[in-house]
Amino acid sequence: MKTYKSNEYNNYLKNQKKQKHKIILAQTFVLIGTVIIWEFLAKLEIINTFLLSSPSAIFNLFVEYLKDGSIFMHIGISVWETILGFSIGTILGIVIAILLWYFPSFAKVMDPFLVVLNALPKTALAPILIVWVGPGIKGIVVIAVAIALVTTILSAYNYFINVDEDKIKMLKSFGATKLQILTKLILPSNIGNIINITKINIGLAWVGVIVGEFIVSRYGLGYLIVYGGQVFRLDLVMMGVIVLAFCALIMYQIVNLLEKIYNTKNK
Amino acid sequence: MEKIVELKDINKSFYTNEGEILVLKNLNLTLEKGKILGILGPSGCGKSTILNILTNLLKPTSGEIIVNGKVGYMFQKDNLLEWRTIKENITIGLEIQKKLTNEAIQKIDKLLIIYGLWEFKNNFPRELSGGMRQRVALIRTLATDPDILLLDEPFSALDYQTRLLVSDDIYRIIKQENKDAILVSHDIYEIIAMSDVVAVLSKRPSTIKNTYEINLTTSGLRTPLSSRNAPEFKDYFNTLWKELEIYENI
Repeated sequence: MKTYKSNEYNNYLKNQKKQKHKIILAQTFVLIGTVIIWEFLAKLEIINTFLLSSPSAIFNLFVEYLKDGSIFMHIGISVWETILGFSIGTILGIVIAILLWYFPSFAKVMDPFLVVLNALPKTALAPILIVWVGPGIKGIVVIAVAIALVTTILSAYNYFINVDEDKIKMLKSFGATKLQILTKLILPSNIGNIINITKINIGLAWVGVIVGEFIVSRYGLGYLIVYGGQVFRLDLVMMGVIVLAFCALIMYQIVNLLEKIYNTKNK
Repeated sequence: MEKIVELKDINKSFYTNEGEILVLKNLNLTLEKGKILGILGPSGCGKSTILNILTNLLKPTSGEIIVNGKVGYMFQKDNLLEWRTIKENITIGLEIQKKLTNEAIQKIDKLLIIYGLWEFKNNFPRELSGGMRQRVALIRTLATDPDILLLDEPFSALDYQTRLLVSDDIYRIIKQENKDAILVSHDIYEIIAMSDVVAVLSKRPSTIKNTYEINLTTSGLRTPLSSRNAPEFKDYFNTLWKELEIYENI
């Protein structure tokens, strides 16, 4: 199908595109420029490479870790812990939110405890959890779950109780049971919100995993970062942080993609 | 005349921390077979409470309810579920009642065809106009095959022109499907245009102040639109206007 477009409109589209390209160009420039200047200042020994390292040193180290394959082990373990942490945290949180919705008196009883737990920085619990659960993947995943869980419960529960009362009444007028209201209205109307919760939880689970690995671990990106800091290998620290940023970004984009698929399916 | 719905001496109080509110007081109401009963009352007088009692969503504090038949409820808002197609929205009542048989689906298809929604059956609610959405809501109610329809200000969410057309539309469907109906509204024009009998509610605590048979001389078949042209229309309007004591409520 060919639709008529006026010249002005074509110009408008062209300008929009140009604008977009300019922004991408500027972004690339900022990134590459920073790396080049950093490297340059390091080579000329204007900045202290002991404290700030240099892009080439970080890259060389990365290649080294790549060659012996150990970077994959560290990435693999951290990513696995994060995936476990946020999926368990999200699913368990939503299940608890469902129970709170299903039993309003349970919600009333739990309310003050949840509020306190939510206000508490969960990382403060990390040492206790490690002692209780033990070190290794298990303890780290539990920390990640603990961080994601309470916010998941509270936000999911809030979404659930804010579903349109009139729609609930409509289903009740057909004789719907509470379980039917849950499966036919509460859950399907909140899929978008649950995807949002998942997105937030990826970030929270990463916090939990890195904190856990800081405390007790011999593998993972958090371990690399904290180990590098302890032995004053700033190239190792920087590499760890950069790899971590990429892993988090990729996971976030995967969920974004899922969201897009869900949104187009519902259009 | 056969009585299809009867409310006898209904009292209903709501309890809150602030106190007790008596909403309905000694309310008596009858719906006869083949009629549309209009309930007219000032806002906040407990009109919806009556419908909620009839559908068992609320229990009266005291009194007797006789309902001879199945009740279907149509709301002010269409309450369509945005993630379901039109057809899936219509089947939801049957799904809930676990009565979604092939036979029922065939009946729904027939309703979709008769009422001009067949080509939209796979569309989503947001793709339909407000009037059409309201029609979908009515068919969703009709799909469960109720004997009595309860209409709770079903047109008040629509703009004026659409409202006239949709009320005509829905009136036609109710008559065509041979349903009895109770219509609740604060709109005097709408109540006269749609109803065979009008019961006027008093302010809270509400009771029936008066009942009027609406007899209109229309050219051709009576519909809400042709009713508005009947010579008796404005007399009924004046009577009901006085009955509502609108000035005292302002």
